[in-house]
Amino acid sequence: MDRPFAITLPVGSSRANHTGSWRVERPVYVDRLPPCNDACPAGENIQRWLYHAESGDYETAWRTLVEENPLPAIMGRVCFHPCETACNRVRVDEAVGINAVERFLGDTAIARGWRLGEPGPDSGRRVLVVGAGPAGLSATYHLRRAGHAVTLVDGAARLGGMMRYGIPAYRLPRAVLDAEIERVLEMGVEVVTGRSVEDIAAARDEFSADAVFLAVGAQLGRRVSIPAGDSAKVVDAVTFLHRVAEDDPPLLGRRVVVYGGGDTALDAARTARRLGATDATIVYRRNRAKMPAHAEEVEQALGEGVTVRWLSTIERFEGERLLIEKMALNAEGFPEPTGELEELDADALVLALGQDTDLSLLEGSEVHVADGVVPVGESMMTDVPGVFAGGDVAPSDRTATVAVGHGKRAAKGIDAYLGGQSFERPERHPLAAFERLNTWYYADAPRTERPELERIRRQTNFEEVIGGLTEDNALFEARRCLSCGNCFECDNCFGVCPDNAVIKLGGGDRYEIDYDYCKGCGICVAECPCGAIEMVPERI
Amino acid sequence: MTETRVHFYQVGSFAVGNRLLSDADRTVQASQERTNSLDAGHRACQGCGEALGARYALDAAMRATGGRLVAVNATGCLEVFSTPFPETSWRIAWLHSLFGNAPAVATGVAAAMRAKGRDDVRVVGQAGDGGTVDIGFGALSGMFERNDDVLFICYDNEGYMNTGVQRSAATPPTARTATSEARGPEPGNVFGQGKDLPRIAMAHDIPYVATATVADLHDLERKVERAMTFRGARYLHVLVPCPLGWGAASADTVRLARLAAESGFFPVFEAEHGVVTGVRRIRRRVGVEEYLRPQRRFAHLFAGEGRPDLVARLQALADANVERYGLAPEEE
Repeated sequence: MDRPFAITLPVGSSRANHTGSWRVERPVYVDRLPPCNDACPAGENIQRWLYHAESGDYETAWRTLVEENPLPAIMGRVCFHPCETACNRVRVDEAVGINAVERFLGDTAIARGWRLGEPGPDSGRRVLVVGAGPAGLSATYHLRRAGHAVTLVDGAARLGGMMRYGIPAYRLPRAVLDAEIERVLEMGVEVVTGRSVEDIAAARDEFSADAVFLAVGAQLGRRVSIPAGDSAKVVDAVTFLHRVAEDDPPLLGRRVVVYGGGDTALDAARTARRLGATDATIVYRRNRAKMPAHAEEVEQALGEGVTVRWLSTIERFEGERLLIEKMALNAEGFPEPTGELEELDADALVLALGQDTDLSLLEGSEVHVADGVVPVGESMMTDVPGVFAGGDVAPSDRTATVAVGHGKRAAKGIDAYLGGQSFERPERHPLAAFERLNTWYYADAPRTERPELERIRRQTNFEEVIGGLTEDNALFEARRCLSCGNCFECDNCFGVCPDNAVIKLGGGDRYEIDYDYCKGCGICVAECPCGAIEMVPERI
Repeated sequence: MTETRVHFYQVGSFAVGNRLLSDADRTVQASQERTNSLDAGHRACQGCGEALGARYALDAAMRATGGRLVAVNATGCLEVFSTPFPETSWRIAWLHSLFGNAPAVATGVAAAMRAKGRDDVRVVGQAGDGGTVDIGFGALSGMFERNDDVLFICYDNEGYMNTGVQRSAATPPTARTATSEARGPEPGNVFGQGKDLPRIAMAHDIPYVATATVADLHDLERKVERAMTFRGARYLHVLVPCPLGWGAASADTVRLARLAAESGFFPVFEAEHGVVTGVRRIRRRVGVEEYLRPQRRFAHLFAGEGRPDLVARLQALADANVERYGLAPEEE
């Protein structure tokens, strides 16, 4: 090459040297499954809707959310948020307040009148949904989106199932419930209320349904035989809460004892307090650590003056006196009687010992019932083709969120069934584990707690106990998200590459690696805050 | 409290970019329009901290000067890997003369610009630690003393890496190099030698002296911009980890720079006219061991029973930095 002394070299000439040939490993962008999404029983894409909420685009956030779950304002109140338990931020400071942001989005949608999308193009098929609780409503929504006609039948006077007749109004205001149910019905649903389905096969014919989704819930309060005098007032918690919801509360007196340790027991005790009981006492046979009720519910109940007799069982109830026996945990952690008896004054006893399903409508049908529930397959289909079951009817954890997830999965299963296809669960990305994060890059920020109604106020009325976040707080909380395993375009990879081998596409299109120049040093992987890049060996 | 909440941006001030920030608040490196002063195809090793530091600093200088910039380079890795004849990786006006004369050549370029009435064109001199603290030191001190209008940037990787990892006056005590072997009762580089060039520069009372690392881009870019607001001699000392010379994984370059600052081993501060005006305080303090262990040049401190006595002496150096500059985290 003929160049003079004191040369000028042409700009861009080093690009002829493809340093990518040095590489033995290559960085590859990946999407991992954030632990919140992994834990959500309703299958929400939480990381994604938080991403939109972070920029203040609440409508897109809400629309992303309702892709999976049409009831965010309800879930933002009653869900026990396994997402927050799984949240990676727990190991940085505290979990992101996902549930609070979900509620904020749900409430904002109601306030601004955002509507769910249009139903899908008419498929000409009809599905009978039996039971209008969270499972039935969720299935209805997803079936309408798929273009199937829906007949929604419920035995009660109003829709909502346990969300209306089980969950007290101080946890779920009825205006919120009504608004979100109404929004599902706006998609065009044939509704039949006050009609108990007694024979599943006959109902299927009557409504000319091509498929049935059975979601009648667990409405029967479990009873145990406790020797009780004639004058003793005993009621089961399901009936009690149902009558309170219908504005016809039974008179229980001033000293109410609730027997059981689940969330329903707490609901019953807290409701009794609000109805004027001076003493609301829960009797539970094991200790606090073993209590199946969710810890924050217990906390709130104690804060409202509910008392608990741990390690106790009820022997007898005569008139105004309960006889309870003290228990002790044995080596395996099971309670065993000690023979030590105590007395407790009580005007009424509420039994909250679990709930059973009323599956009499399946009698004479081919649908198999085992242990009081209906076994289902991956697609929520029973062993009778075209008959699906979900929510409390199917074997599950029996929460509203699980029911919403069942409804969605059943709708997809029904859609596949009606289309003559086999149901396949979408493949899941590998989990975005904490170890893959580089938490250095996240700003320190403690969690924003939702305001709680002052205790004294909530002992006497059914006003909502937990308040909502303000917009500022919701935005702050959303921005606490670490975006685990999913690129949020922080430009770190683009910045830290010593070889300019990361190409920023911009505008939501993320980045590309220029493998002509990438030497495979791995800095982009090490410095990616959210673990959305991984090194894979080159084929040599 | 509400005020600060609104300004919380998830990764606001730590990551390179952030879609939630306005363009003005993002780094130069976050922009698709950045100069890429050092182009792809250069022959630096995988994970080279110096290549990264040079692009960071020069791209920021290009933005600060509106592209009217001349860079003068000493001999060293940066020069060798960027301009193997007949290729160049430089996308800016750049020239190279000798190992020891870069500050003098930069002075000459500045004088030439002044003679031509081109006050708008700014000059950057740059070198590795060898070219700065050893071979170019006399020329640099003269440039400082005359207060010539040059920003001189030292990319400090703590040794002569280009020629096979020999010790320089910026090599830390105990570090193994080709000329400070890990043998004898005091293995590696000796204690009590070497030069602290940022403090020497401050002693010249020049307008601006600052240190930075490739682990805090916002800080580095801000300092380049700040430097460009002054006329006269300015000095920026950037710590740039060297995977080859330090015996570290190529992916750890930024992490090691971060640990150097977070342990206090490398103090990050700035000074104007000889007086310290600002420090980058430690955010998550770590012991020097966490910084030293991933580097094979310190492996003899941890092999077998190790040399906790030497680690303690290095920790004392870090503690002295924390004390001298007030680097302790706010909650301490």
